[in-house]
Amino acid sequence: MTIELLLFLLFVLMLAVFLGFELISKVPATLHTPLMSGSNAISGITIVAALISAGTGIGWLTIVLGTAAVALATINVVGGYLVTDRMLSMFRKK
Amino acid sequence: MISQEILPLIQQPAYMVAVALFIFGLKMMSSPATARRGNMLSAVGMLLAIVATLLGVIEFSWILIGFVIGALVGAVTARLVSMTQMPEMVALFNGFGGLASLLVGLADYHQKLDIGLVPTYDAVVISLAVLIGGVTFSGSIVAWGKLSGVMGDKAVALPGQNIISFIILAAAIASAVLFFINPAGNLWALYTVVVISLLLGVFAVNAIGGGDMPVVISLLNSYSGMAAAAAGFVTQNQMLIATGALVGASGLILTAIMCKAMNRSLINVLFSAFGSSDATTVGGKGVEGEVKSLSPQDAYYVLEAASSVVFVPGYGMAVAQAQHVVKELAGLLEENGTEVYYAIHPVAGRMPGHMNVLLAEADVPYDKLYEMDAINPIMPNMDVAVVIGANDVVNPAARHDKGSPIYGMPIIDVDKAKTVFVLKRSMAAGFAGIQNELFFYPNTRMVFGDAKQTFQALIAAFKD
Repeated sequence: MTIELLLFLLFVLMLAVFLGFELISKVPATLHTPLMSGSNAISGITIVAALISAGTGIGWLTIVLGTAAVALATINVVGGYLVTDRMLSMFRKK
Repeated sequence: MISQEILPLIQQPAYMVAVALFIFGLKMMSSPATARRGNMLSAVGMLLAIVATLLGVIEFSWILIGFVIGALVGAVTARLVSMTQMPEMVALFNGFGGLASLLVGLADYHQKLDIGLVPTYDAVVISLAVLIGGVTFSGSIVAWGKLSGVMGDKAVALPGQNIISFIILAAAIASAVLFFINPAGNLWALYTVVVISLLLGVFAVNAIGGGDMPVVISLLNSYSGMAAAAAGFVTQNQMLIATGALVGASGLILTAIMCKAMNRSLINVLFSAFGSSDATTVGGKGVEGEVKSLSPQDAYYVLEAASSVVFVPGYGMAVAQAQHVVKELAGLLEENGTEVYYAIHPVAGRMPGHMNVLLAEADVPYDKLYEMDAINPIMPNMDVAVVIGANDVVNPAARHDKGSPIYGMPIIDVDKAKTVFVLKRSMAAGFAGIQNELFFYPNTRMVFGDAKQTFQALIAAFKD
């Protein structure tokens, strides 16, 4: 890891934080719960890092920890998207 | 297996598209008409990110085990959970995400340890992922316990609570620093950070009462995003950082909205142990006046004659699972020529938007749900306001009693309606521990009993 890479990653972080603020401040109160469970499912993106660890094929501790992380993140992703979809399917206009 | 030169050329564009899909998905969440498609787009983005990552994976067998377990557990719980259980469900999923980020930090550390080299930069980001992930996990589990009723939902604050919190946090930072000094040797220091982070989450959330849960849940949601972003720094993956930051920011916005709806600062919510007292009358003036109660039969005569009725649900509706009978009564009222409205306070219930989901489940169209700012101006035109298990969010003391703990909190002005029905089990105080002067107003009638049974009695009266 070089200092250039670190600065680049921080730059990405900053832009994404501002974008997140912009996107969410327009969500109406009626959708706050689906928004929360939907964004919760998105936070399961940590699965990407878990896959890399579980898939290295070297170091049993890395693999075990990685596999547990894959399982937990998958619960988060699968459960989060499904439950959000279930909720949103009930929102209807008159 | 794709060669290491070509892999990034496939992975990185796929990651870009995935992030774009997350952004579009979140944007489509700003309207109920597009929200469902938005959620699906975001799920497609997730699938794309996972497939792109798998292209670089060497060993699949363990991943498959993780996938199968996770997908089964996730799908089954998502299918079985009832809408009333949604707050604790969200808290639980949130906790799993946090724990996953913690484990990713540890796994990465052990991988580097096997090679024998753990650079200081990596040590710093690993401790961050572990710390945030750990707090998210244990905090979410405590929130789950409080929301599901496994634990009591009152704030549990020890004497010197805040000092202890700061000592724990200082201990976490001290162990992290010891870890940075010799990342490859001081394995114990990293695991001390793990233990402390778990303690910190338990300790912090335990001190917060049930009524403040909307703030806590949004904040933990934000943490789970930040934990994912930290895992992105660990694996030097900008897609993970961007996505985690999106969620982190969205959780923060929701947290701010919830705090504003209670007219309290985040610091106050987190550190004041609000709702831990059992006192019935705190604050300025005592409450004066006479409580007038009404039987469901008499309430029926008033409702039958009303030309406009507004329902104001609170956590009590969720507890009584009364949303379906509310909707049934609303239907009968409409058949009778009455205009029906629903007024939703932003912090009614135990999570942001809690009441909206329950009413959506009962098939109430979302365009009948009015936010506080929309309903208050027309409240004086309402013949009857029916308060269903809400308390602090309709307490007029918030408008005028400077001594009240909830002074300044925006409320739904039900007292301005011509008649107010308060459906309540007893005269017990609300979450803030204060008696509600609304109950003593001349235009208020208390309808005591279980909300669901009261509604069933009203429905029966209408059908006769």
